[in-house]
Amino acid sequence: MRFSRKTLGIPYAIFLIIFVAAPLLVLFYYAFTNGQGQFTISNFVHFFTDPNTLGTLFYSFAIALVTTTVCLLLAYPVAYFLATSGIKQQSVFLMLFVMPMWINFSLRITALKEILNLLEGNLAMHPFLNAVIGMTYDFMPFMILPIYTTISRLDGALREAAMDLGANSAQTFLRVTLPLSLPGVISGVSMVFLPAMTNYVVLDMLYNSTYIMGSLIGSYFAAYNWHGGSMISLILLAMICIFTLLTGSGDESQARGGALL
Amino acid sequence: MGNTDTIIELRGITKVFEDDGFKAVDDFNLEVKRGEFVTFLGPSGCGKTTTLRMIAGFDMPTEGDILLNGKSIVGLPPYERPINTVFQRYALFPHMNVYENIAFGLRQKKTPKDLIDKKVRRVLDLVDLEGFEKRKIQTLSGGQQQRIAIARALVNEPEILLLDEPLGALDLKMRKEMQLELKAMHDKLGITFIYVTHDQEEALTMSDKIVVMSEGRTQQIGTPEDIYNEPKNAFVADFIGESNIFNGMMTRHLRARFCGGEWTCVDDYEEGTHITAVVRPEDVEIVPPGTGTINGVVDSVIFKGIHYEITVLSGRNEIVIQTVHSAKAGDRVGLRVDPENIHIMLAEDHTNLFYADLNRDFRLEYNGHELDTSVTRIFPGSRRQEDGSVVDGNGEILDPARVRILVAIQPGDIQMTDDQETGLVQGTISNLIYKGDHYSYIIHTDLEQDFVVDDEYLWNMDDRVGLLMPVEKMKFTLKRK
Amino acid sequence: MVWKYFRRAFLIAVLAFLYLPILVLAVYSFTSSTNIGAIRGFSLHNYVTLFTTPELTGMIAGTIALALGAAAIATVLGTIGAIGAFYSRKRASDFISTLNQIPVINADVVTGFSICVLLVVVLHVSKDSYIPLVAGHVTLCAPFVFLSVMPRIRQMDSSIYEAALDLGATPFTALMEVVIPQIIPGIVSGFALAVTLSLDDYFIAMYTKPATFDTISTYVVNATKGAQTTIKTALWALSTVIFFIVVLIVVASNIRAMRRGDGEGGRRA
Repeated sequence: MRFSRKTLGIPYAIFLIIFVAAPLLVLFYYAFTNGQGQFTISNFVHFFTDPNTLGTLFYSFAIALVTTTVCLLLAYPVAYFLATSGIKQQSVFLMLFVMPMWINFSLRITALKEILNLLEGNLAMHPFLNAVIGMTYDFMPFMILPIYTTISRLDGALREAAMDLGANSAQTFLRVTLPLSLPGVISGVSMVFLPAMTNYVVLDMLYNSTYIMGSLIGSYFAAYNWHGGSMISLILLAMICIFTLLTGSGDESQARGGALL
Repeated sequence: MGNTDTIIELRGITKVFEDDGFKAVDDFNLEVKRGEFVTFLGPSGCGKTTTLRMIAGFDMPTEGDILLNGKSIVGLPPYERPINTVFQRYALFPHMNVYENIAFGLRQKKTPKDLIDKKVRRVLDLVDLEGFEKRKIQTLSGGQQQRIAIARALVNEPEILLLDEPLGALDLKMRKEMQLELKAMHDKLGITFIYVTHDQEEALTMSDKIVVMSEGRTQQIGTPEDIYNEPKNAFVADFIGESNIFNGMMTRHLRARFCGGEWTCVDDYEEGTHITAVVRPEDVEIVPPGTGTINGVVDSVIFKGIHYEITVLSGRNEIVIQTVHSAKAGDRVGLRVDPENIHIMLAEDHTNLFYADLNRDFRLEYNGHELDTSVTRIFPGSRRQEDGSVVDGNGEILDPARVRILVAIQPGDIQMTDDQETGLVQGTISNLIYKGDHYSYIIHTDLEQDFVVDDEYLWNMDDRVGLLMPVEKMKFTLKRK
Repeated sequence: MVWKYFRRAFLIAVLAFLYLPILVLAVYSFTSSTNIGAIRGFSLHNYVTLFTTPELTGMIAGTIALALGAAAIATVLGTIGAIGAFYSRKRASDFISTLNQIPVINADVVTGFSICVLLVVVLHVSKDSYIPLVAGHVTLCAPFVFLSVMPRIRQMDSSIYEAALDLGATPFTALMEVVIPQIIPGIVSGFALAVTLSLDDYFIAMYTKPATFDTISTYVVNATKGAQTTIKTALWALSTVIFFIVVLIVVASNIRAMRRGDGEGGRRA
């Protein structure tokens, strides 16, 4: 076969099949079998009947929801103020808000933990509050960046047109800027909400306790229970897919990469 | 290979794109002689660029063979063909300077360094850009980039140079200059040029031979003079230069009926043959009313610098005339055309075409009759908006005063009736011919148009009839004025 | 006026939230305190510990080696994948793009766990071989390289490659001498992105690493749970060092970008 550009796709396709598609198929197999390799839906039933796992599901939903809301309430004004500030070196200021992402999260959380320890004493006394603070601290740049990008790309003439047509600043914001910045908000929400449901290591570091969806996988992993862990992974994956389809943020998910550079 | 002068031959080339099954080129045949300047001319999507790409080796023909000096090159990749291309947007390598760009091809052939230097200098000299070696591509003007692209191709001394709309990105003045330069370069180098363009003037100016293409098919191959003076069909006539094109029929020896009159011509076909008549605007003479072949009223006069463009209405027929003499709108005039300036060709089909107007209710109107249909029904995607206006499928507003609808109907779909007033239009049978199983009639209407009608029954010459045209048999095209 | 100050104050407050912990830690890293709050004298012993404890230096070197190695493999794979996908038929191209999207949207926990199950549990590949770890990180990074290279290929004038063939270059030469130089900015940023992702990863390493190997993330997570104060405060030093490196890189790239901007402006004028 003669070398051509098309054939370059083959090694990568094979790589994706082995390391992306195959692991997911294996997850499927393990999720619906037991230790003897027999088909079973008990893992599935177990998840939805065990008060423990259900509790975890709702608890992590609550944490993710509150974290996302707090991130949004902080990040939107930051993005909006930055994008509409008219400062010459906007990109430098933006860099200030994005830079923490490049410092290893575990070191940043260590720093946060020291501060919180000083302020609160025993962090395990307020697990929910500290989970929200820790995750907000960790994920906020991922919310700021996409919102900033959408707002800064808005045609300034649109706002001027709204003002010209008699809208005051508040009306202009509510009826022009806010609706047009929604794609950025959606992309930011998807980049905070999903990690907030799964990234249990933040909580683990802050107060040695984990009680969210991701940590279930961790505990099954620690107990060598591949079948249970696979089922949780599958349920998480399903939730991610539903979330991605609902928000239509599949294409926006690049933002995770864009955010880092 | 009888003719040793033939450098490249395309035999029965057909290209069907696998992705969408689109047939871009259909049974294309061509012989090009060594040193010829051949132009592929046609509207976008006619297959000219695809044909060029198959010669270059970027696309593989689905069927057919390409012979270079008598040997098939269909299996050869582009980098093994002694053919080079000047690309539409130049495709210069932006990360290399002028020298590196031009030297690229020579480097692939492991040419010694001093020879490369010499050749690059010589070819830069040829395109009048001496001393540009170290310049970056981004710092060059469009015209300069164009010349570098030509230099980069020519330095490899190809047997054939392919040029894919090379002047398309230049402004008008630059384009004219480059046309002359390219022609001069061709004459000087003696390399075979195959040139692709949609600009008929460019093709007429530069080529030894023009291949007119449409919808993947060759329409006509000939010298610029042939193509301009003796277009083979209505498409060529319409595409090359401006033309008045009429449907008609031969009435007797060297006489043809079209545009509401009977004309003497020099092309002969059997009596009763359906024909297409082409008359160039500059060939129509304005004479006093009654002294020409037909009469009409001047509709508009536009001054074009070296001539006036005058539109004359004769009944519903529109004739465009280019003349150095002015006229006044509203003047009654006669029109005549020298017999040798009337180009008669066999009609490809006998579809009747006529324009209907759009009235205020967005209904079609012809000859004072409303057709039983509306715009929204015949044009998919068009719809009436809340404010009453109608937009077409692309969301553009239709202004009844600015659009016409071209209606097409086949001869077999029209019926004649004695009950004249029930017809959409009335007329007189001016010609009839027996076609084996049916009669073919020409009805000259009161609006001075000729309709072709097929009918199995015999009607008499000069009968007055009404023409019944079922709306569901009509095809509609939207035309903006 | 009030509004203007409010805007500024808000931005500053959020910046303070993001930076205060790191900065406070940076200050304390230069003291001999073991807890924040109790100020003791200036000391560099944290830095001495950081750079002389084999456990720490080994962990840092391992993290960097893993990041560079995985990113290099991911860059090669992602780049040729993007080129191949772009020029493939639509169905093949859609297939690759869809699979490529999965690790991007998926939670790292799930990616890490699924690779661990496939390689370690099903195929019995030993974690000590480092294969699961490297494979995991490449799987994490390559899709992002793909996504960062793809727009560059799309922007590229498609006839440039054909021009190279036309001038006698073989497809391979055309690729190396014409296509790659055109998309090099995408490749470089893809590589940088891959390095960052690998450095910041916790979950994939956690599920695939050999028991004796640690990345900065896995090491720090374990250390914060432990009570070893020497190690803990040495990590403050590590955090400070990384912070300064990041600041240096950002400042340097900003200056470069500004210079380039000026240079171009000058030429245009």
